[in-house]
Amino acid sequence: MIEIKNLTKSFGEILVWEDVSFTIEEGETIAIIGRSGCGKSVLVKHLNALMYPDEGTVVIDGENIFELEYVALRKMRQRFGVLFQGSALFDSINTFENIAFPLRYFTDFGEQEITKKVMEALEMVNLADTAEKSTAELSGGMRRRVALARATILTPDFLIYDEPTSGLDPQTSDEINQLIISLAENMNTTSIVVTHDIHSVLEIAEKVAFLEGQELCWYGTIEEMKTSDNRQLMDFVKASEYQI
Amino acid sequence: MDALEKLGRYGLLLYNAMRSALEYKTYKNNLVNELVKIGYESVPIVLLTGVFTGAVMTLQTAYQLQISYVPRTVIGAIVAQSLIIELAAVITSLVLAGKVGARIATELGTMRVSEQIDALESMGFNSVSFLVIPRVLAGLIMFPVLYVTAAASGIAGGLTAGVLSGALPAAEFMQGAREFFFPWDVTFGLLKALVFGYVITSISCFKGYYATGGAEGVGTSTTQATVLSCIYVLLADFVLAAIVL
Repeated sequence: MIEIKNLTKSFGEILVWEDVSFTIEEGETIAIIGRSGCGKSVLVKHLNALMYPDEGTVVIDGENIFELEYVALRKMRQRFGVLFQGSALFDSINTFENIAFPLRYFTDFGEQEITKKVMEALEMVNLADTAEKSTAELSGGMRRRVALARATILTPDFLIYDEPTSGLDPQTSDEINQLIISLAENMNTTSIVVTHDIHSVLEIAEKVAFLEGQELCWYGTIEEMKTSDNRQLMDFVKASEYQI
Repeated sequence: MDALEKLGRYGLLLYNAMRSALEYKTYKNNLVNELVKIGYESVPIVLLTGVFTGAVMTLQTAYQLQISYVPRTVIGAIVAQSLIIELAAVITSLVLAGKVGARIATELGTMRVSEQIDALESMGFNSVSFLVIPRVLAGLIMFPVLYVTAAASGIAGGLTAGVLSGALPAAEFMQGAREFFFPWDVTFGLLKALVFGYVITSISCFKGYYATGGAEGVGTSTTQATVLSCIYVLLADFVLAAIVL
């Protein structure tokens, strides 16, 4: 369980958001939504202490991660898999090596076992034929799927998806959404999805946290969202529908 | 205040790198890669720099010493000693500040702005030791090797230019070079190369690692890394001369 308590973050004079509190239960999929630039990605970077807040805590299974010693923090980070907005694949190595990367450094697997695991991961994302390709040869959607394979290769407890479908065509977006759903079901992973795509939210999430006006404007389940009378949330949802 | 903050961040970067310095397994592949890139791949430009520096020095020294009572062996002595004490280390390092420093800053800067460094951190790596230690270590190992390459090729270039231009025969050039050869000069040159290797790689890592703002930010970091490396190489050269000699 991840408990976000009274988080406040600013960059210099610019306040990103303040007093953000909510809880992410084990095994659930939560979507963090809001306009571009509202600080969604900044918020999830606090969940594995890639960023530190001005105030507040993030407690994971009873431990305040901002108080962890560096070695313990690194161990805790290994419980997370992160799909970055731009995929963040290492461009100096090929697709296979990108996925094998965490296995080589954090497991004692031999070459045969690593190859087996990587090929399974590539098959999971329907990219078994791209193993030897350079990451520069991959399309945006393929890169996203390879990054997803890399993020899940160590079977993490928590998966963070930062804008997993942004910039992708509807068909590829749907493929990514289906992957997120199947990963959450098959691996029983707690998933945190940053997005402004309401259609993805409705498809994959169980809960929603809505950032607006430098605060957590609304938090609840998908069912509650559908019947919510929160004007800002409804404006955001409607605006998304009008874009179709 | 800004300069103090940067100095603090530079110190913090090195401190963070050292925190996982013993985790050799995580950066040994990178180290080999960097030894090749900084060392082996720099040999052609270092040879070229050395040969032409030596050749030009010989021709210009011969021109300046066109006085009958100065023995021609002095040309060999001046060229060899200048190369060994100063030029092989400094000119090579200034050239490598452009080649090695710019590459390191661009690589790390691009990794920073494309979230590859965040990806490393989020996997549980100490990204600083993973990226910075192999580069600085490779600089410390390869710069002295490149210095020796530059000095040797410079002397060879000087000797060839002397012979081909008719300024002095090879035997006289080498006689002069040998007469004024002091092993301590080589030690001093190696020390300089070691310091310059550290200065260039650590500054470039620092600038690249903290790059911000996309392609323009990476460009700015690369420029700053190159310019600062050159400035600090010259400054370190002066400080070493003042302290050691």
